[in-house]
Amino acid sequence: MTPGQRRWIFLAAMAGLAAFYLWGLRGLPGFGNYPGPYGDIINSIAVAQTKATGVVSAVNFEYRGFDTVGEEFILFVAATGMAVVLRRLRGERERNPDDPTADWAVPPASDAVRLVALIFTGPVVVMGWFLASHAQTSPSGGFQGGVVLATAFFLIYLSGQTLLFRRVSPVDLTEAVEALGAGGFAAIGVSAVAMGLPYLKNYLPLGSTPGAVSSSGTIALISFFVGLEVAAAFILIVGEMVDQTLLVRQGDR
Amino acid sequence: MHIVPFVVVVWILAVGLYGIVTSRHLVHLIMCLIVVQSSTYVLLLGVGYKTGAVAPYFYDIPVHTPAVDPVVQALALTDVVVEGAVTALLLALAIQAQKRFGTLDPHELVQLKG
Repeated sequence: MTPGQRRWIFLAAMAGLAAFYLWGLRGLPGFGNYPGPYGDIINSIAVAQTKATGVVSAVNFEYRGFDTVGEEFILFVAATGMAVVLRRLRGERERNPDDPTADWAVPPASDAVRLVALIFTGPVVVMGWFLASHAQTSPSGGFQGGVVLATAFFLIYLSGQTLLFRRVSPVDLTEAVEALGAGGFAAIGVSAVAMGLPYLKNYLPLGSTPGAVSSSGTIALISFFVGLEVAAAFILIVGEMVDQTLLVRQGDR
Repeated sequence: MHIVPFVVVVWILAVGLYGIVTSRHLVHLIMCLIVVQSSTYVLLLGVGYKTGAVAPYFYDIPVHTPAVDPVVQALALTDVVVEGAVTALLLALAIQAQKRFGTLDPHELVQLKG
């Protein structure tokens, strides 16, 4: 099939899809006329039931917590899959990233990039921990916090410190943290079963003040573990990519 | 009836699919897949929106203030994380394709494998 034919088939199919979609839209309530009822019900009961004022987190880590376990393990499996797909193939060896004599050495990061990385690394770590530990109160949670936390490590890499990036996030340690995060979430669920409660039942004291950092029982704890898992998974994923830039294939040089 | 956000959804979906169909580079193709997936965020947040409602966070507002649907927001969050994971895995596969076949053009890759 030539690219031209491919394009015409696509345009015909897309016209059909658009026609059906617009036809289907006629039966939907218009934008802004939310029909409910689930969102409204959860909004009205979540704060009293869970003592969490961030209802999105309450949904993620409590009402549909079982789904979130599965989702967290998608990330876990993806990081593992990266390691498998990007394993060192026969005939590949690793360069020393800080060997100044090699002619493949990348030019050092500019002063502007290094300064920005230096200024932002600390605040980004604080921001990440803040987000991961305040799922129950404000628009935040383990997923967002974990990604922000991982960004701090990428800033170190961006500033040209490949070796330092590896020293502050050694692969073994990062993998252990990832396993702790993923396993911690699942273990909270299983511990409820051990007490004769449903899986992932929120059995910890909820606290009396909605929105306090210590409130909402397992929601805060799960968010913490998710933060660990997400940060470690993204560091591993980017670390795998970084390692690829250090590989030389036999025959290349 | 106000349907502009839903038309935007199908527009994002269409331009993303067009990019995938006509792509000549695997990394470009993966980026187009991200565009396709972005249409689901707009759709999810669009169906949960209520005119005049606030975000579902009741830290400093009374509990019965009208708020948008938190369930679709939680789903959109899930969607973003899965997208990050899937994109990383696809990019890893693209790296291996480049190493093994020396090209990232989908048409040439098809010819290589028959």
